Formats: sequence, C-alpha cells, structure tokens
Amino acid sequence: MSLKNSVGLVAPQRFCHNAPLTLKGGGCLPSFELVYETYGTLNASRSNAVLVCHALSGSHHVAGIHADNPGNVGWWDNLVGPGKPLDTRKFFVIGVNNLGGCYGSTGPLSLNPETGKRYGADFPLITVEDWVAAQSKLADHLGIDTWAAIIGGSLGGMQAIEWSLQFPERIRHAVAIASAPKLSAQNIAFNEVARQAILSDPEFHGGHYADHGVVPTRGLRLARMIGHITYLSDDQMDEKFGRQLRNGEHSFSFGVDFEIESYLRHQGDKFAGFFDANTYLLTTKALDYFDPAYAYDGNLAAALARAKASFLVASFTTDWRFSPARSREIVFALMHNRRRVAYAEIDCDAGHDSFLLDDPHYHAALRAYLENIKV
Amino acid sequence: MTHGKLHGTGMNPLTAKERERFDFAVIANWIAAGEHVLDLGCGDGRLLRYLNENKGITGYGVEIDDNSVLGCIRNGIDVIQIDIEGGLSGFEDKSFSHAIISQALQAMHSTERILGEMLRVAGEAIVSFPNFAYRVNREAIAAGHMPVSEDLPYEWYDTPNVRFFTIVDFEALCDKLGIEILERLAFDVFGQPVTDDPNLNGSLAFYRLARKA
Repeated sequence: MSLKNSVGLVAPQRFCHNAPLTLKGGGCLPSFELVYETYGTLNASRSNAVLVCHALSGSHHVAGIHADNPGNVGWWDNLVGPGKPLDTRKFFVIGVNNLGGCYGSTGPLSLNPETGKRYGADFPLITVEDWVAAQSKLADHLGIDTWAAIIGGSLGGMQAIEWSLQFPERIRHAVAIASAPKLSAQNIAFNEVARQAILSDPEFHGGHYADHGVVPTRGLRLARMIGHITYLSDDQMDEKFGRQLRNGEHSFSFGVDFEIESYLRHQGDKFAGFFDANTYLLTTKALDYFDPAYAYDGNLAAALARAKASFLVASFTTDWRFSPARSREIVFALMHNRRRVAYAEIDCDAGHDSFLLDDPHYHAALRAYLENIKV
Repeated sequence: MTHGKLHGTGMNPLTAKERERFDFAVIANWIAAGEHVLDLGCGDGRLLRYLNENKGITGYGVEIDDNSVLGCIRNGIDVIQIDIEGGLSGFEDKSFSHAIISQALQAMHSTERILGEMLRVAGEAIVSFPNFAYRVNREAIAAGHMPVSEDLPYEWYDTPNVRFFTIVDFEALCDKLGIEILERLAFDVFGQPVTDDPNLNGSLAFYRLARKA
C-alpha cells in the first residue's frame, strides 16, 4: 500500500475494565477487555476525539498498517488519515473492537473466568446498547468526556445513533452512513438464514466447537456468501461478473462455472478462515434486536427526542440492504424533533458496500461536514 | 438583451449580487423572527443562512444537486438531499411556518404537486419566479427569439428551467388549486416595485400563499 496520507504503522492497545457490566439481555460480564487503536493526538481540551464504530465483520484496525503484517491495511484507511476526510491532523480518532468480537476484545473466544475454558456458546448475547456502554468505559479511561463525533457505517451507524440516545451529552456529532433505525423483516430473514447455516453445521457443536478442536467453516462460509450477495447491488454484480465463465465453457457439473460463484466461494473461504462463528451469531442478533423505537410503540421520533447531537446521515441509491428510505426514517424522526441534520443521498452503484468505498460525492460530503466540526 | 443600461432610463439593473440580496430581503420581510422554515431547491443554502442571520430562523433546505448539497454542508446548513419532484412524503403536515421556493419552481416539472405539498407541510408558502410575460421577454419573442433577460439569464439550450409561466398564469393555477394569494409583489430589473400592469412590467414576482379556508 502507499503510505501517502497514511497514519502509517499502528499498534493495537488494550483496555481492561475491572468492574462488572450488566447487559441489556440480562447477563453480566464480571470484567471485560477492549482492543483499540488510536490515530492522531488528543488535544489539550480533549475536544477532538472521534470514535469510529465498526460493522458486522470490522475491527479496531481502522487505518494504517501493523508492523508484523504490512498487508493488513485498516478497513477504513481511505477515510482516516492525515489530509483524508476524517483528518488525523485535526482529530484524535479511535477504532475499537466491540464486545463479543473476535479480534481481541472480550468475546466468545475469551476464557470464561468461571470455568477457565473459552466462553464459546456461553458468551451472553450482546446488544448495540451494550457495545455503546462498553465503549463509554473506554472513553472514561481515555479521559474523553465528549466525542467531537461518532461515525459508523451500517451497524456502525446504529452505534452512533445509540450513543446519541444513551449519552446525549457526550456526543456532539453523529455520522450514520448506510444505516437504519431498525432491521426490516427481510434484513432479519437474511440474518436468520446466515445463522441457520452456522447452527446446522455438524461442527458447530452447540457453539462449543473450540472444545472439540474444530470450526464450523462450512456454516460460516455460507453465512458470508449470503451476506456478500446483500452487500452488492444487482447492477454492480452484473457489471463486475455478469455471466462470465471461469474456464471459458460450461462444465455441466456443480463445480465453479461462473465468476460470481468463484467470487462468493473465495469471500466465504477467506472469512471462514479467520472470523469466529459465535461472534457472527451474536452480532447478527445485536443487529436484529436494535430498535430504539421499540420502547416507544414504534415511534422513532419519540425515541430520538432525547438526542442532542447534530447528525449527518448518508445513504447510497443502490443499497438495498439498508436502502435510502431507511436513512430517511432517521432524518424525518430528527426533523420532527427539530434536531440539526444534514442528509446526503449518494448516487453510487456499489450497493451497501459503497460506505467502504471512496465515491467522490460521498467523501466530499464527509470531508465538508467533518471540516466544520469545531475542536 | 444585454445587462447594461435599459432603454435610456439611465438606471443600471441590479447586479447578480444585489439581486440576490434584494430577493432575500423581500422574502425575509414575510418571515417572523425565530420561525421554522423549509426552503425547497435551496441551492448552497445562502437564503437560509441569510434568514438565520437576520431573522434567527431555524429550518431545513432541500436540494437534489450534489454540488449544492456540498455547498450547504460547507455553509453549515441542514440540507436534505431528496428529489422534491416526487413530493414531500415523510415531511409532516404543518411542521413549518413557511415553505419557500425561491426562483426554483420554474425548474421543476411537478408544479401542482409541489405547490400542494408546500401548503401541506407549512402554514404559508412563499414563491418567487421570473415572469415570462415581462416586457423585455415579450419583445424578445416578438423579435423571434427566446428571451434571455436579467431574471431569465439562460440560453434556450442550457436553461435549467422547464416551466415558463407568467404572473397571470400562476394566479390562474392558484385559483384552480384552491390556493389563496395573501400578498403579491412584482419588481422590475432595477428592484423597483411594480403596481401598473405587473404582468407586463414585472420581471420578478413574489407570492405569499395559503390554502383557501
């Protein structure tokens, strides 16, 4: 990768919270750890901190590279760095792996202090609210009373919204990209199919596959293949793969004929090689449960009444997973409360994944919005 | 026509900058301090900014054009990027004091729907548009050309305008749609108010509208 405008070499850090955290679902973690990375410098008045929240498969490694694995570039490196839209010369940016994750934060792969074995399926279900609560402990630890901004795409955007509700005084700007105020039935349906793929894998062993020394790779692989279909738009899939053949001819077998099959298998294999199945399960459940309006008879405007942050909401025209209409629900609920909100609907052909790309209007809108934030 | 002196009057038409300030002042005059307003086709948000600075208003702009949306964000204006040709679904009834469309209605196709929606989401609407029947425009047509004037500054082949209408036409449409004209102001290109035959002598028209009771 080019190191131009890169934050360069970064190293993950570890935060230990040695007090119990009660979870929304009823469970309790006696203590927990979060891995995180920081880019830029916290200013003297501690007013320039920005939290980047990751989506389903993301991590704390948002930007830059690790010395021991220079090929592993942060997942939002095109956005975060010196001179980039989220400019690390101005902001102190933090990426954190969420609770229940599989990149080093306390999760199903961690040892359960009560049994001395990996949590596996015994790890409690975590909600978006719990993620935010855990992130707030990290903020306390870093001496950040108020975030200049919290930014996230997809599930990350939900965390930004949740911050504005759980800690209205601690977030000045919420940036929710390709997000939604709750999942639709179709969204939940896709999640359920992905979960069933994992749950029905013979090597799942009720979630205690680690005790058996195996991994439900077939289930994970299928789950990821399904996910990838929903991340791309129909048009883009056609443009990228069409009906192109892998080997130039029809093989009349169940092997790989079409490039799209090859792509999905590759993505599935790659993912199944490193991602934890229990983390996948609980993360999709966190998505399903997120619904701030649930406690307000479905009235999102009433739910968002306590938010004080200014919002930037952005969506992508070809995103059918979290369509522009879902983002507009957030916008109209904020408008009902006369909150400050700017909404950019970006004409981009890459579907849900657009939020990870660098469409010029998208990045220009983010840059303009972030430049106006006073620190 | 050129943008120089007119017909030996010795007066210069307002410059683009003066014209903008003039338009804003006319609209601001109809807005009470602290109102919550909606500006449709808000460009880079400069009208909202003016109203905020001079009247302490709050509100939102609506734009479809990417560069205008960026301009709004840069100007710190709360802009909603949607296409108002499809209406204002999602905007709540009577949630604004005024809905404004300043010299943008002529660039929209769904004229009737937009006027109806403005008076659904706001108690009153403010509409300004260039009067196609202004004397200079008529002279251009009579001479065989599409008009290019102070308030219609585009050549026929690059104009964003899609609806060409006059003060008389607009008032007929308001009548048809059950819209009451609370106030009308017409101005010539010098920024002078026109009372004598505004459809002939007015270059720019401003309306304050409400639903007929």
